[in-house]
Amino acid sequence: MTTRTTAIEVAGLRKSYGDHEVVAGVDLTVPEGTVYALLGPNGAGKTTTVRILSTLLPADAGEARVAGHDVRREADRVRASIGVTGQFSAVDELLTGRENLRLMADLGHLDRCRAETVGERLLERFDLVDAADRRAATYSGGMKRRLDLAMTLVAGPRLIFLDEPTTGLDPRSRRDLWGIVRELVADGVTVFLTTQYLEEADQLADRIGVLDGGRLVAEGTAAELKRLVPGGHIEFQVADSERVAELARRLPEASPNPRALTVTLPHDGSLTTLRRLLDGIDDDAVTGLAVRTPDLDDVFLALTGQPTTDESPEEVAV
Amino acid sequence: MSTAAYAVRDSATMLRRNLKHLARYPSQTLMLIGLPLLFLLLFVYVFGGTMGAGLPGAPAGDRGDYLTFITPGILMMTVASVSIGTAVSVATDMTNGIIDRFRTMAIAKVSVLTGHVLGAMIQTALALAVVFGVAFLLGLETAASAMQWLGLVGLLALLSFAMTWFTVGLGLASPNPETASNWPMIFILLPFVGSGFVPVESMPAGLRGFAEHQPFTPIMDAFRGLLAGSPDGSDAIWAAGWCVVIGLVGYLWSRRLYRLRAAN
Repeated sequence: MTTRTTAIEVAGLRKSYGDHEVVAGVDLTVPEGTVYALLGPNGAGKTTTVRILSTLLPADAGEARVAGHDVRREADRVRASIGVTGQFSAVDELLTGRENLRLMADLGHLDRCRAETVGERLLERFDLVDAADRRAATYSGGMKRRLDLAMTLVAGPRLIFLDEPTTGLDPRSRRDLWGIVRELVADGVTVFLTTQYLEEADQLADRIGVLDGGRLVAEGTAAELKRLVPGGHIEFQVADSERVAELARRLPEASPNPRALTVTLPHDGSLTTLRRLLDGIDDDAVTGLAVRTPDLDDVFLALTGQPTTDESPEEVAV
Repeated sequence: MSTAAYAVRDSATMLRRNLKHLARYPSQTLMLIGLPLLFLLLFVYVFGGTMGAGLPGAPAGDRGDYLTFITPGILMMTVASVSIGTAVSVATDMTNGIIDRFRTMAIAKVSVLTGHVLGAMIQTALALAVVFGVAFLLGLETAASAMQWLGLVGLLALLSFAMTWFTVGLGLASPNPETASNWPMIFILLPFVGSGFVPVESMPAGLRGFAEHQPFTPIMDAFRGLLAGSPDGSDAIWAAGWCVVIGLVGYLWSRRLYRLRAAN
């Protein structure tokens, strides 16, 4: 038996749809027992990457080894080692929660006795005991997500993929799900997740890869990435466009937006600089003020020079 | 366990899933069985008197003769009707996230489809039993021997197997369940443009050519022969041949579409 220390190993991964290169040469390594978060806006190639690594989609080029096996040539061996929770609910809505778990146990070839124990344990752990005999169609979004994840865990995979696990969840359900992921990690499970939220990556991941236009534009721990972000922003709402221009003249690092009547400038979050800044501004010029802490937009601004957009930018093959 | 044993086990699991779906959603099964029953009652009680009198041969036929004449067409329609449900449930599965879950599991790939096929066959058997039951209640008479009954059941099984694979393909080819539900309508109408409800000899030349040679006609003629206790060898061979062709095309098409989906 060989000892594996690497759960995921990816080199030069590429995938195009027609002229559009969705994944444009991704390299990454995820050690066993760690959490890796792929952070990026819609269309960055996060889901495509997960689909390739979870054997759903063949890559055009590159090597990908998951749980020690090649995703293309040894797809069934990879499948036997992983659990996948996709972006969209993958529960059978006509079956009850308990039956959904049973279905997974049967397909995971667990024996009857083990299937029942695992099913009951997961229902308890995911707080679904009361709803166990109701059809999944009647579940709330958060409950469906929990059932979805519970189904992924039935066969006891040592590596799980979570594609935007908390998108569309309310803050409480999101926190519950984070708790579950932390428990999994405590059990030694490797987690590969994608997210649009810096906070989520910050909360959960050991390493974060920032994906933009199919490329990893930065990789590191949360702390390392935050050092790349130039703090937050201060946004002034200004009375009219003349004053926008005037304010922009007075504050050299500011970027004016005459149409929205705002002036935005970088800010490190300290009270001293804020006070000094406000001292130099006429009271009647500014109608409103917002202080923003760093978010994904700032990371993106810093790393790509572009704000996050819903559409991925056109990529040119290298 | 061997690969084959896993394929059987996974197919059985998927079949259980599909049977649960049928049980949870009985209105669909009732609708699908109701459609051919409605046609049966309509044609026997509304049109039966007139149509029976128009059947060839002397003396002139009656409502009872017409019931005997259209039973093969109604059987055909029953198989087609259930296949609407199959196409819809396959399309629903494919547009749902659950198919991706199945595809990331180490299970026999074919089991997703075989589960649907086996489930649909059971549903068809149930529907045919109900339709036969009602036809006998209405006074259907048959001169079929035990062997001929066996032949009839065998041919019905072959037909539903073939039609099911074909509609699995339709379900896979449809972008959504709504589109999938449209296609099999054609199969419900085909018995009319064949030997299902009137003798093809009574049709105008062009239409008659089509009606005589479309696949459903020899199948319905074979049913008619078996029910009457006087099977025609040539009809039976054509019927079985068409079933094999429809089934094979359906199977190969489904397999291709299912694999193609995996590549995108």
